Amino acid sequence: MQLSRQIQAWLLLLPALCLLVAFTHYPVVKTVARSFFGFGVQWEDAASLDNYRYLLEDEVLGQVLYNSFMYAAITVPVSIVLAIAMALWVNSKMRYKGVLRTAYFTPTILPMISVANIWLFFYSPEIGLLNKLLALVGHSGYNWLGDPSLSLYSLMAMTIWKEAGFFMIFYLAALQTIDTNLYHAAAIENASKWTVFRRITFPLLMPTTLFVLVNALLNAFKLVDHLFILTKGGPNNSSNLLLYYIFENAFSFFDTAYAAVLTVVLLVILVVLALLQFGVIEKRVHYR
Amino acid sequence: MSSFLSVSGLCRYYDGAAAVDNINFEVSEGEFVALLGPSGCGKSTTLKMIAGLEQPDAGDININGKSVLSESPGKRNLSMVFQSYALFPHLSVKENIVFGLKARSVPKAEQKKRLDSAVDMVDLRPHLDKKPGQLSGGQSQRVALARSIVSNAPLCLMDEPLSNLDTKLRADMRSEIRSLQKKLKLTVIYVTHDQVEAMSMADKIILLNKGSIEQAAEPEIFYEKPETTFVASFIGHPPMNLISCEDVQIGVRPEHVSLVDESGLNVVVNESDYQGSETIITTTYQGSIIRAILEGKQSIPSGSSIKVRWEPASEHHFSTKTSKRVDTRPGLLPFQ
Repeated sequence: MQLSRQIQAWLLLLPALCLLVAFTHYPVVKTVARSFFGFGVQWEDAASLDNYRYLLEDEVLGQVLYNSFMYAAITVPVSIVLAIAMALWVNSKMRYKGVLRTAYFTPTILPMISVANIWLFFYSPEIGLLNKLLALVGHSGYNWLGDPSLSLYSLMAMTIWKEAGFFMIFYLAALQTIDTNLYHAAAIENASKWTVFRRITFPLLMPTTLFVLVNALLNAFKLVDHLFILTKGGPNNSSNLLLYYIFENAFSFFDTAYAAVLTVVLLVILVVLALLQFGVIEKRVHYR
Repeated sequence: MSSFLSVSGLCRYYDGAAAVDNINFEVSEGEFVALLGPSGCGKSTTLKMIAGLEQPDAGDININGKSVLSESPGKRNLSMVFQSYALFPHLSVKENIVFGLKARSVPKAEQKKRLDSAVDMVDLRPHLDKKPGQLSGGQSQRVALARSIVSNAPLCLMDEPLSNLDTKLRADMRSEIRSLQKKLKLTVIYVTHDQVEAMSMADKIILLNKGSIEQAAEPEIFYEKPETTFVASFIGHPPMNLISCEDVQIGVRPEHVSLVDESGLNVVVNESDYQGSETIITTTYQGSIIRAILEGKQSIPSGSSIKVRWEPASEHHFSTKTSKRVDTRPGLLPFQ
């Protein structure tokens, strides 16, 4: 009886386990193995740290890591702040808020490739919307994607445009679970709008913020689609991000071993970030 | 001459239907007034309009002789206790209590002084650092009371504050709130659907029905001299019997009906409801229900015929047409 229940449980788990093992656990193990045993696309007999040694000599890696951290450090907080602001706005009593909610959410349902193509039209130097608008005020315009000092920021702007609406939905749902009597109680105490936000709304949104923060950070490292369309990491790696750099190493330079090393680096970064978030922020989050 | 709070011609419509329909009343300083009525009678809406959480469609609200309609809730110098307590779930008991003082930038020393005295008054000292989620219903209610006490507002609005508590706790809190109100000389507007709360706590009861005032008077007047059949059938446990007789309805309280052997009204027993110290007998007389409260355990089989009577002096009379109280016309029933 006990045994048959055990077997039944394992059978129920089996389909999910197969998928997890085939597409998550096995590739992770293989990647780590390749980072030690690989040489180019080949395998060596003995493990070595040569691939890791190259990390220190790789100048592009420094640039790519810097770009990735800047990308996360700017897109994540900006999208969260925008998402909260938009959610507060479309949660208030106003006409046509349905239209506004839809408008904010639309970028989210578009595939990243389409979004990148749309923004390509905004950014292109000759016929781009942004430069046309600048021309109206007599400005000669910028090379948004071709200028090394601008390209990364142009990518960020597009990412924020796409992500903020998505996060807004989570905040909107969270806002609607807050008891309106809390706001009534605060109104009786003559609390200003800012006090209400700082002492009631924002703390009660903290669980949502933690969730969104984790997702936003992971996304910041996971998104590469737009790089294929917009800049391909260029010019001169000025907009290259870690994941795209891994792709380049594996499939353009055919250095699978080094790509495996970089993947391990990416994994370590993500694990550290996740630990930091759950460790530090969880203590200050109020869960109902 | 001028009352502390006066409400005049207050109206509020929802989708064209009147939730509050031309309500007028006055409250003097230090008075405990209960707004009583069934759910949907407009009592909570009235309270919210006094608080400023809802805007009336017509009428005026004066506090200390000044109209407060244009004032925000926070400027009306009142406090409020909510049915759901409305405690901030992420703040400790202490932070919940001083929330308003911080919002109003009351100096730290003064905050501490008011917190200390309020906490002692409602017996919350051991729970100051707990979160609302760790408190029982009664303790949460005390936090809500303390929050109202520290505000030092002379007017306190209470919206069914005891309805989420169990029966025993409710009885304790009733006397506690009443003694707090007397000690702090608070003016209280207390919304409830529970006649026991209204009768036992209030100096004055305002009974609402469908957005209008049915009667406003002291508790004993409600019992002794109900103005309409609605009031008569709302107050009392069980409420007053109403017997149709020609163009009037005769009202008589179950506790005034007694069983007799002869010269009484012939009634048929429907059921006997034993309640410990007393038994409530439900009978039918010509289509009207007559209940009688008898002492101790009385088992009278259903369907049996018995005779009941009461003193003519304990009769009330209401016009069938207007449902309003009319002058006494004794001797309508055969036994009188």
